[in-house]
Amino acid sequence: MTEHLKMDEVQPRLLDETTQGAIHRPMPRPEGPLKVSGRATYAAEWKMDNAANGVLVRAAIPKGHYKVDASSVEAMPGFLGVYTDRMPRNAAQGTMNTNPAQIGDEIQYLGQPIAVAVAETFEQARDIAAALKIDYDRDDDVAAGPDTAQQVNEKDDPFDQGDLDRAMADAAHSVDATYTTKGHNSAAMEPHAALAVWDGDKLTVRASLQMLGYNRNELADSLGIDAENLRLLSPYIGGGFGSKLGISPEAIAASVAAKELGRPVRVVMTRNNVFETVVRRTETRQRLRLALDADGKLTGIGQENWQSNLPEEPFAEPVDLATHFLYAGANRRYGQHIAIVNRSAAGSVRAPGEAVGMLALENAMDELAEAAGIDPIDLRVANIPETHPENGKPFSSRSLAECLRQGAEAFGWSARQAPGARREGEWLIGMGVASAARTNILQESKARVTLNPDGTALVETDMTDIGTGTYAILGQIAAEMLGLPPEKVTVELGDTDLPKASGSGGSWGAASAGSAVFLGAKGIRRRLAERLGCTPEDLRLQDGVATGGNNRRPLAELMDAPLSEIGHLETGAKSNDVHQAGYGAHFAEVAVNTVTGEVRVRRMLAAMAAGRILNEQTARSQVWGGQIWGIGTALTEGLDHDPRTGHIVNNDLAEYHVPVNLDVPDLDVIFVEERDDDANPIQAKGIGELGLSGAGAAITNAIYNACGVRVRDYPATPDRIFSHL
Amino acid sequence: MQITLSVNGESHALDIDPRTTLLDALRDHLDLTGSKKGCDHGQCGACTVHVNGRRINSCLALAVMHEGDEVTTIEGLGEPGNLSPLQAAFVRHDGFQCGYCTPGQIMSAKSMLEEFGNGWPSNVTDDLTAAPDFSDAEIKERMSGNLCRCSAYPGICRAIRDAAPDEGMHKTEAAE
Ligand code: FES
Ligand code: FES
Repeated sequence: MTEHLKMDEVQPRLLDETTQGAIHRPMPRPEGPLKVSGRATYAAEWKMDNAANGVLVRAAIPKGHYKVDASSVEAMPGFLGVYTDRMPRNAAQGTMNTNPAQIGDEIQYLGQPIAVAVAETFEQARDIAAALKIDYDRDDDVAAGPDTAQQVNEKDDPFDQGDLDRAMADAAHSVDATYTTKGHNSAAMEPHAALAVWDGDKLTVRASLQMLGYNRNELADSLGIDAENLRLLSPYIGGGFGSKLGISPEAIAASVAAKELGRPVRVVMTRNNVFETVVRRTETRQRLRLALDADGKLTGIGQENWQSNLPEEPFAEPVDLATHFLYAGANRRYGQHIAIVNRSAAGSVRAPGEAVGMLALENAMDELAEAAGIDPIDLRVANIPETHPENGKPFSSRSLAECLRQGAEAFGWSARQAPGARREGEWLIGMGVASAARTNILQESKARVTLNPDGTALVETDMTDIGTGTYAILGQIAAEMLGLPPEKVTVELGDTDLPKASGSGGSWGAASAGSAVFLGAKGIRRRLAERLGCTPEDLRLQDGVATGGNNRRPLAELMDAPLSEIGHLETGAKSNDVHQAGYGAHFAEVAVNTVTGEVRVRRMLAAMAAGRILNEQTARSQVWGGQIWGIGTALTEGLDHDPRTGHIVNNDLAEYHVPVNLDVPDLDVIFVEERDDDANPIQAKGIGELGLSGAGAAITNAIYNACGVRVRDYPATPDRIFSHL
Repeated sequence: MQITLSVNGESHALDIDPRTTLLDALRDHLDLTGSKKGCDHGQCGACTVHVNGRRINSCLALAVMHEGDEVTTIEGLGEPGNLSPLQAAFVRHDGFQCGYCTPGQIMSAKSMLEEFGNGWPSNVTDDLTAAPDFSDAEIKERMSGNLCRCSAYPGICRAIRDAAPDEGMHKTEAAE
């Protein structure tokens, strides 16, 4: 049976009534022992007798056409085939649900996958891929970057309102500044991999993917087959961060080659492939304008951005996403300019929009606070709007002020001094703050929950765990609702044969899939209540015993066969009528070396409000991840492109600098108590991207407070600080 | 080429392409997929294993170079139900999220504790003649060859600190 809910109305806080105590508390991941012992099996690692190995061949020119000459490698040891059929230009965008661009013999960027070389072993395939002769018909009219692009697509924003120029002219204090951010790569530690096996018309692909429901349609569409004939398996995923949202070239290549060869084919991306052929976060240039009146109230906000992408690629970084609702101000203007370039595809990288848009907005707020002589926290708190400043919608739970205040207290914000005032030897020390905000989204989800008479339960859904803690939290929700210790609940994920959930992306996974599990368990509670002879409201379930209506029975006495329910959550009016977002505040203390310009982050604190926290431990790890990505964004990460070809030159982990252990101090996280009744029936909101939103800005604001240098070009490498000291 | 590899105390005869790395020999030929491939270029540490008791990046070694050496992988440290102290501490402290860098982190941490115990200095050691402090900076410096994009570094450090006594880290005094 199915327990269905369309989220049109606020739902009772059932998880505050239940008494098992399985939810919210820090609980180690149930799959942890498999992961720490090397027994969790990732995509490339499935044992498959007779599997051939494929290696992607990359275009060596940025633009033109190509033809491969397979005869050049046919005689090499182990050669099985070279295939170009259906090769996608790049990975599909998140939630695309159709094939990514497949452009035949055309090349639009250097590094584009153009063929897959398949051999008996990986070593053979790698050499064949390197030796393969390719005839290029080169087109020299290359747009290597936004500066040389001939086509720029403009987007008008419907929310432009008032007269920003006027507000700026009339302002008591204002900021008009331009910020730039380099591109970013998700750099998940597990490179994309796929193992494809055909059985007649039926295709099974083990891959590393975030959103199986969409990925199934994307792969089927790319191959021209019926999605019914395709099964995807992705139980363990070595990180995603947006890079595995859409189907990517290795899965299509493996499927095509496996069909041709009539045997399983495994294709694993090299690290260079991951940098080039999946998606990068676009570089941005942003012009920020803020106008403040004499009373310290914002009267205007403007954010205009410039970015880039490949021709016809259906994605734009939503740079101003949070700017639309975070602060008040009657006059507002936005603009977006997308240069069409011969660079790798731009797409979603963790917190698309906020990750870079909040750097500029929150730096500009710091500059404004300085100009107006107001404490940065007071400025922010004074400008929290009553209702959505552009459409007047009410907000759901919104603890921004509490996050700023509680965070300030815990961090010791009152000890902050004027720029340059705090020195320790050759180091200058400073503190910075930034707001965090991330739009909260609910997605349709299904999950099957089965309760067994022996007091065990099973949760099944095609939902994924990309390190986010899905195995833990779905088990905890079921355990809480069914009154079982969490270790009695098994969670099966990552298989398209199971009920379809939201997938992992946009920070919606925990709340969406979690609500489906909640509903499935709620359906089982309803049936148990009937059997016990009480109303569902009166039913208490704890440690395998049901109580209600003066009855108390062990589960085994209420059921002689398993009870199974599918929970089905649909989005409803609440997604439209109420503006939902998670909020928070980031604090950072940095030391800037006056001799070298080097920045060390000394400590960070994040105060986060994201509705009900389902598991304090996995939620904290997600926030740590966001804070550390903030360190990378602020200080070390940035894609560099060859100005002649647009090619990503730092396309590996030695040259693209993700933070290492020594870059990261111990980090503090505070969860501000909250329930979001408008969000979903479990009153939880996403937290994975919230932790990154604004984090880097707190660091650059701290750099200013330390040494008086405003870094407006990211990342804040020593050369960008040193020369201004 | 015919070679014999000794892994986790077991001897394996292999007929192997001389181009095969030690990492690929473990993963593709011995089905020991616990050692991970994150970059294949010595940049990430996901492939860390022990050779004769010392940590190395197995993607930078050819299998044929290790005939006669004793190789230990994550599978040799413990298994579910019987985890090593470090493995158990990683679970307790959430020293990982996706788990892909984790075997490398744990193999690296185990060697690092031994290096500490033997008094080896690091890039952040002030006094090269004294036993190094078991400080956060020392731990972090010595673990900086193992990238974690999930960014579980705070949990990794807590796990290492917690497990250190049970992993035989007693030759130097713990700072704190
Ligand atoms: S796989 Fe060996 S260091 Fe990255
Ligand atoms: S746990 Fe995912 S990379 Fe470290």
